[in-house]
Amino acid sequence: MASIAPTAQKPGPLTRARFWASGFKERDTWVAYGFLLPWFIGFTVFIAGPMIASLVLSFTDYSVIQATNWVGTQNYHDLIHDPKVSKAMMNSLVFTLMSVPLEIVTALVLALVLLRVGRMAGFFRTIFYLPKMTPPVAVAILYLLLFNGSVGIVNRVLGWVGITGPFWTTDPTWVKPGLVLMSSWAVGGTMVIYLAALRGVPQHLYEAAAMDGAGAWRRFRDVTLPMISPALFFTFIILTIAGLTEFTKAYTAFFGAGTKTNETEAALFYAVYLFRQSFEFFHFGYASSLAWLLFVVILVITFIQVRVSKRFVFYQGER
Amino acid sequence: MSQLEVLQSGGSAAMPVPPVARAPRRWRSVGTVKAALFAVVLVGFSILFVYPFIWAISASLKPQAEVFDNRVIPKHWAFHNYADVFRIPDAPMLTWIWNSVWVSTLGALAVTFSSALIAFGFAYFRFPGRNLLFGVLLSTMMLPQEVTMIPTYLIWKHLGLINHGGQYPLWVPNLFGSAFYVFLQRQFFLGIPRDYFEAARMDGDNYWTMFWRIAVPLAKPALIVTFIFEIQAKWFDLMTPLIYLRDTALFTLPLGLKTILDSFGTSGGGQGDWQLIVAATVIAVIPMLAIFAVFSKYFLDGIAAGGRKG
Repeated sequence: MASIAPTAQKPGPLTRARFWASGFKERDTWVAYGFLLPWFIGFTVFIAGPMIASLVLSFTDYSVIQATNWVGTQNYHDLIHDPKVSKAMMNSLVFTLMSVPLEIVTALVLALVLLRVGRMAGFFRTIFYLPKMTPPVAVAILYLLLFNGSVGIVNRVLGWVGITGPFWTTDPTWVKPGLVLMSSWAVGGTMVIYLAALRGVPQHLYEAAAMDGAGAWRRFRDVTLPMISPALFFTFIILTIAGLTEFTKAYTAFFGAGTKTNETEAALFYAVYLFRQSFEFFHFGYASSLAWLLFVVILVITFIQVRVSKRFVFYQGER
Repeated sequence: MSQLEVLQSGGSAAMPVPPVARAPRRWRSVGTVKAALFAVVLVGFSILFVYPFIWAISASLKPQAEVFDNRVIPKHWAFHNYADVFRIPDAPMLTWIWNSVWVSTLGALAVTFSSALIAFGFAYFRFPGRNLLFGVLLSTMMLPQEVTMIPTYLIWKHLGLINHGGQYPLWVPNLFGSAFYVFLQRQFFLGIPRDYFEAARMDGDNYWTMFWRIAVPLAKPALIVTFIFEIQAKWFDLMTPLIYLRDTALFTLPLGLKTILDSFGTSGGGQGDWQLIVAATVIAVIPMLAIFAVFSKYFLDGIAAGGRKG
């Protein structure tokens, strides 16, 4: 260290900026930007541009049909007082609060079981993953059929053990739990992530823990959980965002063109309401403000998750 | 056998169920109970995960009145359901399947190639703003589709390409890469030893041939993962066709399936021809199961790789 000149150790901001700027003289730099060109175009046209446009639209009453006016914060004022917005937001939050823990716990249990079954693990992993290959529209149709209150197999099975099942698809109290259960059918993706993480835990850690007299629970809590915490954290974030933006299954089962007799507010998820405001009622200005509210809610929730998880997530190695 | 030994041996070797006759008094031992518990969990969940498929396939082969009888083997076979599904007025199943096939394939090819270009750019080169740009790219994964969907719709509307036979809004965005795939492929490109590129450079390769002849072939698994994931994503997508397509003949399969549900399901005011709805559902599911049968390794490894460095 001593042989290096002090200036090299601590380059001033000016030197760094000059060094940084000198990169633009390199041919490599421009070739690299050439490779990135598709993304620059796509980012401008399909992400950054629309984001700005959507933000601007959210302050107007744009609706294609009528003349557009600047309405200031009226849309945001309206959405606070729109009972359907709070209803839809609650629906999405409740769905997320139910589905995320259920999926994480189920996936973890399955992965832990698969970890111990030896050679059969590959076979069962494939079986458990199959539902993930089912299109959400098909999942929604299966949901309507299997969870049918009077003739569905779910209530039939519940009947065998003496439980009178609820009318899952029509009783507002049971619509979301039913959708949660049906969604958790596709738990295989999360399970595969956990299985890979579990296989990455070095065996010697378990041996060391056992040597120190740690029981099965202690080893799970103090070795397994910290070592797979990055995977748990990743799925926690991804599943939460997926839950908050859930659209296809609820829309397929309960909404659509024409009059639906089973249309219910209990399944009016936020993304469904947003979609209807946009492309069924063409309230583009209002819908844009709804979209930004969703974005902000997701950002805030993710930020909280990141802050809280920081204490629990353990990254091995340099990161 | 102590509890400790059981747990330690559980890692690699499968726990065999000891034959009851040989160990008459040991059936309550921890190993046996655990093995039995595992077997119950495995078989139970397997039934849970597979049963809906079996239910759907058998229901699709039943006459209308028996769809909900919940028998595994139909009492009366109704193979004609599958012929009927293709003869529903205003529901051109074959066209829908074809639309889904070509839109999925074209979109997946486009996103695989464009993401590879971008990923190589981020993986091989050092240039000003690289980390910043990559951070911006990653953060776009957080952006819900809802925020950009209205202005994007207005762009396509302005271009007069809504409800157009070219289906441009469904696949053109794929020409510009996708953050998750760029991330996945970049990991792969970074794993290629730099010496390979230096050697190629010595041999007179330029940047393009380095990308095309060295990086791409070596990253083939990541490209296959991208391709099949995007096929699946397009095959699943309901919202985009719902926004952009009006004519029945232009629909892709998910929107077609939704149309059939709405016209025959009781909730949509139909007669409750559930046997047709289920048959159409099975038709939509089978190609995905077939792809999975061929590429299961790529799907499972791809999911695991995506989660590993998230």
